[in-house]
Amino acid sequence: MKVKHRFLKGVLYMSLEGELDESKALYTRGQMETSFDCYDMGKVVIDLSNLSFMDSTGIGVLIGRFKKLKERGVTVVIANPSRSIDKILTLSGVYTLMPKVEY
Amino acid sequence: MKKENFVKIQVQALSSNEAFVRNAVAAFCLSIDPTVDQLSDVKTAVSEAITNSVIHAYGGNGGLIEIDLLLVARVLHIEIRDFGQGADDIEAIRKPFFTTKPDEERSGMGFTIMESFMDELTLSKTDGGGLTIKMVKNFDNN
Repeated sequence: MKVKHRFLKGVLYMSLEGELDESKALYTRGQMETSFDCYDMGKVVIDLSNLSFMDSTGIGVLIGRFKKLKERGVTVVIANPSRSIDKILTLSGVYTLMPKVEY
Repeated sequence: MKKENFVKIQVQALSSNEAFVRNAVAAFCLSIDPTVDQLSDVKTAVSEAITNSVIHAYGGNGGLIEIDLLLVARVLHIEIRDFGQGADDIEAIRKPFFTTKPDEERSGMGFTIMESFMDELTLSKTDGGGLTIKMVKNFDNN
């Protein structure tokens, strides 16, 4: 599991790469929070292009980060989920908080 | 006569074993030539079941999980048993967003995901305590 980020014109792009399950949840959470603390962004784009696996543990991680960013007035969107991750995010209503976008 | 095949796995209930179990189940299914989407559905459902035992049955402290896989023609039967804490109301835990650990960023979506990714899901109490999850996936369905 890797978390990469790039800051461009007020937008923080985060790329989650690898397999996100219970064993990687704490690490992923920590990496994301560290990046959030470093920038003054208005928007976060979570890019899942290279996330090959995620289960409901990932939903908890994403919603947890969304809540913290919302307190800061930061909007969050999700880009490029795989078919089965898309199914999980749809089922759990994550897109009502963090809309899916095309990048 | 229908061709049958089985595998039995026993693992320590650790989150670091989740990837092993879901990939082992996927590897077991390769002989019947599944689609990528079907494999990924099965892996997700298995990961949910194992996470459930790791976190809820054993509280992250480890314990025994038994996984029985049976393939009858192109139908996969998975039985995942733990011997941990179990649940008083096994119907309640199936409901979407039901969680006993909301403060730990648990979504409560585990059983809903298992249900929607597999063709059948049944829960029962393991003899002597714990939870048994049975799931069926028919690889002739989409």
